[in-house]
Amino acid sequence: MGVAQTQVAVGIKASGKSVVRIESHRGWLALDLGELWAYRDLIYFFVWRDIKVRYKQTVIGAAWAIFQPVLTMLVFSLFFGRLAKIPSQGLPYPIFYYSALLPWMYFATAMQAATNIVVENQRVITKIYFPRVVLPISSVMAGLVDFAISFAVFFALMAYYHIMPTRAVVWLPFFTLLALMTALGVGLWLSALNALYRDVRYVVPFLVQFWMFASPVAYPSSLVPAKWRWLYGLNPMAGVIEGFRWALTGHGDPPGILLAASSCAVALLVLSGLVYYHAMEGTIADVV
Amino acid sequence: MSDIAIAAGGLGKRYRIGALARQTTMGERLTHAMKAPVRWLSSNNRRASGSHVDFWALRDVSFELRKGEVVGLIGRNGAGKSTLLKILSRVTVPTVGWAEIHGRVGSLLEVGTGFHPELTGRENTYLNGAILGMGRKEIDRKFDEIVAFSEVENFIDTPLKHYSSGMQMRLAFAVAAHLEPETLLIDEVLAVGDMAFQKKCLGKMGEVASGGRTIVFVSHQLNQIRRLCEKVIWLDQGKIFQVGPTSEVAGAYEASVSRRPDSKDNPGAPNVQNGFVSWEIVEPRAESPNMLTTSGRVRLKFVLRLNKPVTDGHHGIALYNHERQLMWGWAANNLQLTEGTHEFHYSFPTLPLKPGLYSWLVSLFDHGREVDMWSCFPEMAIATEIHQHLRDEWNGILNVPCEFGIQSSQETALAEATEHATGESS
Repeated sequence: MGVAQTQVAVGIKASGKSVVRIESHRGWLALDLGELWAYRDLIYFFVWRDIKVRYKQTVIGAAWAIFQPVLTMLVFSLFFGRLAKIPSQGLPYPIFYYSALLPWMYFATAMQAATNIVVENQRVITKIYFPRVVLPISSVMAGLVDFAISFAVFFALMAYYHIMPTRAVVWLPFFTLLALMTALGVGLWLSALNALYRDVRYVVPFLVQFWMFASPVAYPSSLVPAKWRWLYGLNPMAGVIEGFRWALTGHGDPPGILLAASSCAVALLVLSGLVYYHAMEGTIADVV
Repeated sequence: MSDIAIAAGGLGKRYRIGALARQTTMGERLTHAMKAPVRWLSSNNRRASGSHVDFWALRDVSFELRKGEVVGLIGRNGAGKSTLLKILSRVTVPTVGWAEIHGRVGSLLEVGTGFHPELTGRENTYLNGAILGMGRKEIDRKFDEIVAFSEVENFIDTPLKHYSSGMQMRLAFAVAAHLEPETLLIDEVLAVGDMAFQKKCLGKMGEVASGGRTIVFVSHQLNQIRRLCEKVIWLDQGKIFQVGPTSEVAGAYEASVSRRPDSKDNPGAPNVQNGFVSWEIVEPRAESPNMLTTSGRVRLKFVLRLNKPVTDGHHGIALYNHERQLMWGWAANNLQLTEGTHEFHYSFPTLPLKPGLYSWLVSLFDHGREVDMWSCFPEMAIATEIHQHLRDEWNGILNVPCEFGIQSSQETALAEATEHATGESS
């Protein structure tokens, strides 16, 4: 009979028979990658739903994905660039800002989406089981589509200023992954907290604002004294943004120490997020 | 290899209600935390201090179900049926105890979980299927079958927000019915709705069961339980009250719910209660005495037990739908009733109401003072054939068959018009 490939199973015993054991005592960190893999289609459908629904009933649709970074870029170029004359590593201001806004906008929206995802899906959560980690994972992945769309504008800008990408561009997927992991780490923490305390959703807009000023979006990280650079790098987005600028334009130095610190910070953030999220997982349906 | 499908041992689920549960913002949580030492000093019994109350929705539940068994889960509201189902379907974890489930589990605690109104029927089929645990290829394979079962072929590419709730339910059940799990957990999803579709769903579930799959089924409708299940677990106040063959347990349960809860402890004793004790549908006879499956004459019986006579009685009766809208009401005055048992009989030529759950409210006053006011339990389930408009918002409350015809008299209309025109021109 049609027992399909997707197994709702926790452990597959030697006999090939799957047994789910339900208990209150749960491990500390038990991210079951096998189970997550079994639910990969669900991640796909959640991402797909998000994208399909996001621009329904809007007039300009996906153009919003371009508008936001472009307008922000213009404002930054005018005020921080032309008026405040912030150093831009010899790059034209639009390029300097847009290359930072690409990962930043992605991070900010993905993080906010992930924060709300558990609460938004409370009906589903209280009615059916699936690995709850699927929710924040799919919400940070859905943001990648807008991110890809806004890239098109960046290439147009590059062509306009006659800047060719250098070989450093091969690092781009790595920096994108780092941004995704940062958003996921924060999202794991905040989505679980938001299920408990709805205060979180009011905190997040402030958090995004503060975080942006703590990241080299509006200014280059070279403004930060060299001996504090590692500390600055503990903000994972510092490494990501500097990495993006470097990978896309080839200007400046590869963000060595900054990146090392950022990678460590991301690893810690994601791991702690998984532990906290996992601790909440079993009872999330009762409290959300 | 054992043939056990589900085993559970000492399952319990505790909910905290009271002060603690209401602290939903961090501020409240902080104040609570800061007051904690004070509370601890003032009282070493935390429960007495009123900080929270433990409520065991489920307690010490153990059972074993074999493969291919179809088990009904019955009990009053709040008996723990849904909590047990939630634990077995892994929506929530138990506070104590354990359970083991062998094989793929499908759970249907709600129809159409995750449906999105902006997406089309087709898109929702995939989304809902994935949420239930099906893979994309699996849904591809079963898609045509699902759509055929749901009977919404013509609307499959229409956004779901334009569907009637009946259509949504049909699509949702169709997806769930094609999940093909080894164990299927079903909450009361067929409680209301179109009789024909209910039959189809029950048929499908019977098919699933005969294929050797295990089903755990929660329902208030004992006729459904009787039709499907060979074994019944009766939960009461979070504990297993009785387990056994359907005929035995369902009968005992039925006898218990058709009496009022307060008379349960001492049903035989006279004079324990002054008021209504039970109600039932006398005609037409259905599988359950609180269920209407055919239209036509309906006769009801309400049993009243009095331990002192009523000299100037006023009796009222009202029928509400599940949204507490009043459907019908009636009253009788100047009643003289002796001590003892009385049966109030009501007879209606028909009760043309839409399928669903309805509740009777009966009252008795003596010299203006309340003797009894009873919101009859169990509710009356109406599951007659439905005559309805395609769109829910045009359905109204009545379910009345009607005959429709068109009589056209084009020639006369035309002749009149011509006559009128000629009259004007002359």
